[in-house]
Amino acid sequence: MKTPPQAAQLGLCLCHSCGRASARDSCLHQCDRCGAALHPLKPDSLPRTWAFLLAALILYVPANLLPVMNTSMLGSGEDSTIITGVLEFWEAGAWDIASIIFIASIGVPAIKFGALTLLLVTCQRGSTWACRERSKLFRFVELVGYWSMLDVLVVALVASLVKFQALGNIEPRAGILFFGMVVVFTMLAAMSFDPRLIWQTSVRRDLKDE
Amino acid sequence: MANIRPLIICEYCDSVYDTAPLTKNQKAHCVCCGAVIQRYTSVTVQQRLALCVTAGVLLVFANCYPVMSISLQGLQNSATLWDSIVALSDGPITLMALVAGISIIFAPVIQVLLLIWVLVFALANRRSPAFSLCMRWLESLRPWSMLEVCLLGAMVAVFKLAGLLDVVPGIGLAALAVLSILMIKVAGRDVRSLWDLL
Repeated sequence: MKTPPQAAQLGLCLCHSCGRASARDSCLHQCDRCGAALHPLKPDSLPRTWAFLLAALILYVPANLLPVMNTSMLGSGEDSTIITGVLEFWEAGAWDIASIIFIASIGVPAIKFGALTLLLVTCQRGSTWACRERSKLFRFVELVGYWSMLDVLVVALVASLVKFQALGNIEPRAGILFFGMVVVFTMLAAMSFDPRLIWQTSVRRDLKDE
Repeated sequence: MANIRPLIICEYCDSVYDTAPLTKNQKAHCVCCGAVIQRYTSVTVQQRLALCVTAGVLLVFANCYPVMSISLQGLQNSATLWDSIVALSDGPITLMALVAGISIIFAPVIQVLLLIWVLVFALANRRSPAFSLCMRWLESLRPWSMLEVCLLGAMVAVFKLAGLLDVVPGIGLAALAVLSILMIKVAGRDVRSLWDLL
């Protein structure tokens, strides 16, 4: 199949807000249809993505080590972290819920760290390896991104329900703040990464060959 | 000018295509990177408006009625979505209450209000006042609206508490379930088709 032309070759530029193809001379300004700022590529994509990703990675440590909630039943209090919450379900025999929480809270952030690092490194080295697959990987990261908010919302609901003072009380703890920040920062990292960088080098190489 | 005929630029690899006429259930993929670049939009403006009004009503239900109630040795307690955000707001973790508030209450509410505003005018074949501003906000709010995550979270919470005490799912949870499906249908990427219609 014939490869389609690139927007850059035709002097076109995509508006990320409304999807319009604008002429590139207006690129540094605004989309003439919706008024959003136009950029041939997302501005400072690689440094911004690195910054958000590293911030998320640093916060990931306290997010997993600090307790996310405190359960006190009849006077005896107990802190639990994300992983102890998973283990509790697992030991109680609820392997299905244990795996949902494990995938959403530990699996998804880990996949995002791995995938975004891979994408950043390959783009920086100008790799032409598996462009199509890397493109798919990025779409997968975009898709699964926000499911990690699951644990934050579970803790919020549980803490708002169990408020019986001495009889039973559940309170959120600092870990949940760090955990939520990890989710927000990884989402921002995925948003600031420009997937067109995956293809840029291969296009440049094609042009040189012609 | 290149703007005479509508072109599609793949947002993942910058390839340029002509728009293709699609029939029901068809979608177009980019030959270069495999992304979906064009989808047949089956909902008309009228249908979308009707679904948005439904979503609005369900939002009221989801926010006013408790998501679930619990009872422990005769004591009872129930929580709405707002209560769960308030629970996050005390102590040093207030920031998380803001994030959770945006993702499960404010973003969906603003999305539905903007959609109803834009669609009421679209019904009369007109662009609403501040049309482009509304459309850009719809675009930027979409990734932060997390009702489906909230639904799964509520179900996990039911199971988490079921071991300790009696849990009864409330009207709010049912509303949340329908609402999260509805939002995927009405507030998805295909809202952009309004740009071409008006």
